Formats: sequence, structure tokens, C-alpha cells
Amino acid sequence: MLSYLLRRLAISLPILLGITVIIFYIASQMPGDAVMAMISQETPMAEDLMKLRRGQLGLDQPLPVQYLRWLGQLAQGNLGFSFQTGEPVGAILAARIFATLQLMFTALLVAIVLGVVLGVISALKQYSALDYSLTFLGFTGISIPDFFFGMSLVYVFAIRLNLFPTSGIKTAGEPYTLADNLYHLVLPATALALARTATFMRYTRASVLEVMNNDHVRTARAKGLSEWRVTARHILRNALIPVVTVIGFSLPVLFAGSVIIETIFQWPGVGLMFVNAVTSRDSPVIMGYVLFSAIVVQISNLLTDVAYGWVDPRIRYD
Amino acid sequence: MTAATPVVFPATESQVRGESLWGKARRRFFRHKLAMAGLWILGTMVLLAIFAPMIERYPPNEINLEAMSQPPSLEHWLGTDTTGRDYWSRLVHGARVSLSVGLVAVSISTVIGVVLGSLAGYGGGKIDMVIMRFTDMVMTFPSLVIIIAVVAVLGPSIYNTMLVIGLLSWPTIARLVRGQFLSLREQQFVVAARSIGVAPVEIIFRHLFPNVLSAVIVAATFGVAVAILQEASLSFLGLGVQAPTPSWGNMLRDVQTLSILEGMPWLWIAPGIMIALAVLSINFIGDGLRDAFDPRSTL
Repeated sequence: MLSYLLRRLAISLPILLGITVIIFYIASQMPGDAVMAMISQETPMAEDLMKLRRGQLGLDQPLPVQYLRWLGQLAQGNLGFSFQTGEPVGAILAARIFATLQLMFTALLVAIVLGVVLGVISALKQYSALDYSLTFLGFTGISIPDFFFGMSLVYVFAIRLNLFPTSGIKTAGEPYTLADNLYHLVLPATALALARTATFMRYTRASVLEVMNNDHVRTARAKGLSEWRVTARHILRNALIPVVTVIGFSLPVLFAGSVIIETIFQWPGVGLMFVNAVTSRDSPVIMGYVLFSAIVVQISNLLTDVAYGWVDPRIRYD
Repeated sequence: MTAATPVVFPATESQVRGESLWGKARRRFFRHKLAMAGLWILGTMVLLAIFAPMIERYPPNEINLEAMSQPPSLEHWLGTDTTGRDYWSRLVHGARVSLSVGLVAVSISTVIGVVLGSLAGYGGGKIDMVIMRFTDMVMTFPSLVIIIAVVAVLGPSIYNTMLVIGLLSWPTIARLVRGQFLSLREQQFVVAARSIGVAPVEIIFRHLFPNVLSAVIVAATFGVAVAILQEASLSFLGLGVQAPTPSWGNMLRDVQTLSILEGMPWLWIAPGIMIALAVLSINFIGDGLRDAFDPRSTL
């Protein structure tokens, strides 16, 4: 297992290195640089000052040289400084990541529970009216844009029924309490969970249907096991294995989806920060976020592989 | 092109009745109720989009300060927005933009995906390694994140939206084509073709490609749905199609204030439903195509 993990990491490294090249290239093409952010155009002799400062910072060097210097800084954990606020990008990310993770994992939990339960029910009652309705709802779930669903939730539950707040992570001006935080979490987490719930449901249904027709299920019935035992021990245990993969691969999608949901609900996570950085062309923050998202994907792929081996003892890593 | 080439399918049913596989698939597709519903809805939308200049009731960008923020009426079927522009006219013109972005983006990504996938799958060895490592890298970014980052460089516009979505969505199709090619290229009909000296380009297009065509069509169909959602997300964030050109996504962007959300629901419900309906019907069509080509698949 350990050697497998090490080998996987060894494969990830060149990929991550390639990613830094792509990200650096994209950022270098962005209009504006650190010096333009530091020196106002109105300063007397702005042109000369900027030239001087660029020389000091090494921004007049060829791109490959700049890349290597940037990579060196990156290896030391320095992601650069925001053009807008001057804060280190690493610190901005660290301060906001908790809000995003809270939103993501709440949505994931909701989606797993609802999606798997509904998927199993749908499969066990195949071709019933319930199955057809759930399948139709599943299609609808993956087709509604999450921002439209989020706006509808705000309209119904926050404006019309006045049950939940319209935006934010806590009531403004009041000290943080967990209850208040969770109260604010309900609508954005539901909005983010919808598409994933539908996906998990469809995969669970397909997987259960496939296992249900296997020989070992017939054998289990033939030896007189109760229907409950057959379902729980013989069908579900096998059927849920591939669902683990789908859940793992949905982490990057959730991460990207949080960009939209955080914008609608003004949820102060890294996604909202990213959108603001793009609007104000704050390239160090954009680079930091994109790199971070790539690392999230690599980690979730690795976790998926490990979890897959854990739930399915037939899989060996060697 | 398809009539001359034998299409070998894993799920081949009996061919005794002399009906071609494509004929069979077509028959199964037209029996698929949801796919038919999707085809009708999407067909209507395409007609609305094509004939938008004829069915518009007012020019879509014409500001009318005497008819601002009106609810739906006989005069303005879907009401007017905060600058008095007729919402029905904007919606049908938005259909043009949203549907064509989806179509163009997927055409770009399908061509790239098929070419790279064929090269990797048929070439094998080093070519395969290089192309697949590159594919891995592109796939390592959550797609919306990298699309937003690239748009930030190029600047938002309708053409950049099509281009960026297309240039970053090919890995799915590339992997699909490569996987199929890897197993197909060792089969006897390919070995036979190679042994009589058929050129690689001809082997790829005459002998291998027809076998993956159905899978590519299905993947591309679902790709259109994804691309429409991505365009809507980008435009919603203000990074896609720019005002005053209407697209369903940027129509939803302009209405994010609480007062509009509460007081003028027609301004956000109509474009939202259009996106959902378009994506839903394309997903139904994709599902019908998949069932038609491969009746054994359950998902």
C-alpha cells in the first residue's frame, strides 16, 4: 500500500510541475503586473520608475528565468502577494479555505445520503411510478444551472417564506455562533448539493440494478435468506463500491461549483475570492487559486483510489 | 460513408432481417419517449433561435424608458427589464447566442478530442504517453476554474467563450477514442488492412473511426449540454457573453439584486427555465442515442 502511494505521488509530481508551467504561462499573459499595481500612473516620471522597479524585481528577465525564480519561491511556500491588498496569497487562501470546505463537505454529505438512498429505492422498485419520477427528477437535477436553482431557493425560502437568510456566512455585526453559521449554510449547501445528488442517484441506481441480476444474489435468495439480508448484505455491499469512485471524482466538480454558489450567496470562501480576483485582474491571487484547485484534484484522485481499495478488498495495489 | 463500412458492435443483435445497425439504432431512438420529447423541445428552441429577427416584437437592445420594469402583458409577452427592453425579444435572441456557443464549442472540442485520441490510440508507445500526460494535465483543473482563468487573460467576449470552452473540454472524447482504438487496433480486420499496406490515415478513418463514431456522437451530445451550462455560468459571472448582447446566462446576471429577485420574478425565471429546458432536452436526446446505439448500457 505504502509503495503504491509513493508511486502514485511520483506520477503526480511531473503532472503538478507541468501544471505550474501552464499556470505561470497563463498568468504571464495577463494584462498588468505587480509594478503597475504598485506605482500609480499619476506619479511623476511613472514610466522610468516602473522600469526601474521591474528591473529590481526581475520582471524584465526572459520568461523561463522568471518561471524558475517563481518556482523557487513556490517551493518555499511563497505564492506571491495580492496586487490589491498586498497580503500574501497563501494567507488569503488559508483565511478563506475553511468556509469553502464547510460548504463543500456539507453539500457532499447531503448529496451522498440523499443520492444513495434514492438511487437504491429507485432500483429496488424498478419500473414503478416512483422509479420513473425519481429518474425524471434526476435528469432535471443535472440540467438546472446551480445558480438558477440557488436564486429560486433564495426567492422561495428567504424572500417569500422568510425562513432563511439570503446571503452571508453569519449574521452581520454579531459574534460567531455555530448555530447561526449552520442556519446560514442551509440554502447554499442545498443549492450546491442538487446536481451531485442527482448524479449519485443515477449511478447508484445503475449499479444496484447490475448487481441485482448477479448469480450470487439468486443463490442468496435460494438458500432462504430474508429479503432484507439479501438487499443489505449481498446487493448493497457490492453495488456501492463503484459509487465510491463517482463520489471521489465529484470533489473537483464541487470545488468548481462552489465558485458560483459562493458568488450568489456572498459566502466568503476561496471561490468568491477567485471571482473577485478575476474581475480586478489580481493575477497572483488567480494563480494561487488555480494551483490550489489543481492540488485539490490530485489529492481527491489519490483519496478515491485509496478508498476504492479499502471498500473492495479484491483490489490489490502492487 | 457509413453504408460502406461494416460497423462492429459489442452489443450486436441478430442481423438476420437485413436491417443495418444504423437503421436499428434509428428505430430504437425514435421509440425513446423522453428523447422524442427532448427533440421536439430543442427543435422548437432552434426554430425560435433561427427566426429570432422575425418573431422578435421589438429590437432586443432597444431601450424604452417609458416602459421600464413592466410585468408580462399582451404588449410585452414576458414583460420588460429595468431599461424597458422587451424580454421576449431578448430571450429569443439569447437562444441564438446560447445554442450556438454550445454547438461551436463542442465542434471544437470534438475535433481536437478525436484527432488527439486517434493519434494516441493508434500510435501507441511514446506518442500515446506524451498525449495522455498532456490530457492528464488538462484534466487536473476543475474545468470551470481553468476556463475562468483563461478568459481572464483573453478578455470576455462571445468568441472567446466558444473558443475557451472548446479548447478545454476535449479530454473526455480524447480518452474515449484512445481507449477504443487501443483495443480495436489489435483486431484482425485492422491487422489485415495493415498487412496489405493500407496507409495509417486510411486505417484510422476508414476502419477504426466508424467503430467509435456512435460513442463520439453520444459524448458530443452530452458535451453540448455541458457547454451550454458552462457558457451560462461564465456569462452569469460576467466573464462570458458581454452586454448588450443577450445570452440566457447574462440575462440572469443583471437581475441579482434582491429587489428584482423579489419584485420582478419574470426577469430571472424565464431565462433560467430556458437554460434548464435546453439542457434537459439535450440530455434526454443523449440518453436516447446511447440507448439506441447500445441497448445493454443502463446509464
